Amino acid sequence: MKAAQRPAGSGMPTVGGAGRGGLAVTALRAVPIALAILTGLGLGLVIVLLMGVSPGEVGDRLARGILLSPYGWGQVLYKTTFLIFTGLAVALAFAAGLFNIGAEGQVVIGSLCCALVGIACAPLPGPLLLPLAILAAFAGGALWGLLPGWLRARFGTHEVITTIMLNFIAMAAANFLITRALALPETVRTTEVGAGAWLFRFEALLPGMHGSAANASLLLAVGAALLAHFFLYHTPLGLTLRAVGQGPRQSWILGIRPGRRIVLAFLLAGGLAGLAGTNFVLGYKHYYEDGYTGGIGFLGIAVALIARNRPLAVLPAALLFGFLSQAGFVVNSLLPREVIDVLTGAILLVFVAADRLQRGWSLRLRMRRLAAAAGEEGA
Amino acid sequence: MSAAALLLSLVAQTLRISVPYGLAALGGVFSERSGIVNIALEGILLCGAFCAVVGTHYTGSPYVGMLCAAGGGMLVAALHALITVTARGDHIVSGLAINIMAFGLTRGGLRVLFQSASNSPRIAAPEGFLGGRLPGIAAPLGAVLFDPLFLGALGLLLLSLLFLYRTGLGLALRTAGELPAAAHAAGFSVTCLRWLGVVASGLLAGLGGAWLAFEQHSFSDAMSGGRGYIALAAMIVGKWHPLGAGAACLLFGAAETAQIRLQGSGVPTQLMQMLPFALTILVLVLWVGRSPAPAAVGQSYDPEGGS
Repeated sequence: MKAAQRPAGSGMPTVGGAGRGGLAVTALRAVPIALAILTGLGLGLVIVLLMGVSPGEVGDRLARGILLSPYGWGQVLYKTTFLIFTGLAVALAFAAGLFNIGAEGQVVIGSLCCALVGIACAPLPGPLLLPLAILAAFAGGALWGLLPGWLRARFGTHEVITTIMLNFIAMAAANFLITRALALPETVRTTEVGAGAWLFRFEALLPGMHGSAANASLLLAVGAALLAHFFLYHTPLGLTLRAVGQGPRQSWILGIRPGRRIVLAFLLAGGLAGLAGTNFVLGYKHYYEDGYTGGIGFLGIAVALIARNRPLAVLPAALLFGFLSQAGFVVNSLLPREVIDVLTGAILLVFVAADRLQRGWSLRLRMRRLAAAAGEEGA
Repeated sequence: MSAAALLLSLVAQTLRISVPYGLAALGGVFSERSGIVNIALEGILLCGAFCAVVGTHYTGSPYVGMLCAAGGGMLVAALHALITVTARGDHIVSGLAINIMAFGLTRGGLRVLFQSASNSPRIAAPEGFLGGRLPGIAAPLGAVLFDPLFLGALGLLLLSLLFLYRTGLGLALRTAGELPAAAHAAGFSVTCLRWLGVVASGLLAGLGGAWLAFEQHSFSDAMSGGRGYIALAAMIVGKWHPLGAGAACLLFGAAETAQIRLQGSGVPTQLMQMLPFALTILVLVLWVGRSPAPAAVGQSYDPEGGS
């Protein structure tokens, strides 16, 4: 029973675990994701058939809308960018044993701050304005992440409920600021940020992507993933963060104060989520628009889960869900695009169940191997 | 309006608003007392509301709608139980995934069944017994007190108290959430007990959704509006006890009533909308530590001794 006494919500592996135990274990680890994707495809097909739509037509839409279209891939990458940031925001918090369900609100506040700084400092030259606006996105999100982190560290208030509440509060606050003070007449958006802060669009380089919103924010996201990986697995501070995630009580013995690490993890997680704002504000529309986030924070949880909270694995996982949401868009006239939400949920459920079973099997396999090795030595 | 009449109408409104919170929080008590964290309450409320509208729309009877809501709620909860109890998956992830599905299913359902992205057609709510009138009591209060679903909710609250604290099975269910090994040793199947707790939470929260739909006489997209999450907070504040949770829900209901009444008084609506969410955080901060969770909540149980 004692083995079960892990911190709340630590149903997923956080430290180590990969690459130990040989090929069979590695292969086993791939089973849940394969199973989840197959379930998603299967369920998708069932829904398509139930709705009386021809699967061939859906396939045709997907092929022409995404697979064979540079524009489609551009849109996939644009959506992937958001999900890399929010996926990292969830994964990094989880490394410290924390459930960050607040990425949605952190994106909202980060985006808003990014736009406000981009507008207020518009006369500044680009090389100054751009870093400032990016920093503002990070700072806004970090600030919004700081609150649940502090409440958790100081009062022990569980972050799941506080982050969910803060999502609602962030959306209402942004709506208030926009409608009361910031919006252009008859709209729910701000004015444009200074042109110096505009991020490079890929369509300028690849004419086939013309019209697609994919932009240099993607590079920022990939860089953030690399940095998060380096931080968590190659720095002493990252190690202590993961130690807290493994067991706050044990970390006291190592001389780590869990409270500070919890605040730090939430600060960084919020900042990463806030950076997602750059993709929309600096890369795509060049303004903040009320309600644009539409669930990317929640999808970040899915991304982090499938990535098993490893920053580098967040990249392909984000691509998967980026593809899915663009797929929903492409088939929208044939099927309600909400089908994608249902598939996303199903993929998550299958993954979370299968991953649990997989870990049991892997553990048994490793034990058997250890026992065999011990037997050989004895002989 | 006289002071007494105003007070009565405030009480009536508070009761109305508290019902879905109360039913969902009571569901949370069942689920968490058995050891399963149930973030899926939000999605269950939403599905309950949708099923209530579909049932009522196609049969014309709100009672069929209620049955549909209860059934739909239990079905969604069964999915949560399958993942968390049987497959021993992470409770919070399962709940969130179910909520994502619930939002998609109901929104997609609106489009497929009612050709609308936002609203269902208008449905009838159940009529109050005695025409909702009680001699000597003001109409708004009478309308609540004689609402069949309100009476049903009160009945369920009493039944829950009796079941959880006066029956052997109720004791076993609570043990599954405190010390599952003890329930196992006493000859109960922890798996069955937890399934029971989660499915009961689906029934209750599903009916809470039905109340939401009847209040509004329709289903609208994302109409649960975070109530499932707030209900969880109310359950924590109420110390995982049906009466405590109910009292906390009345508090949240009163706050929301104040919010609605203060609209148009100069305070910006968005700031008023934040009130229940900010209040939830505040109350949680004040209550944490004074309100111990069931010891084994959130943990999977494997009788063979693994985690």
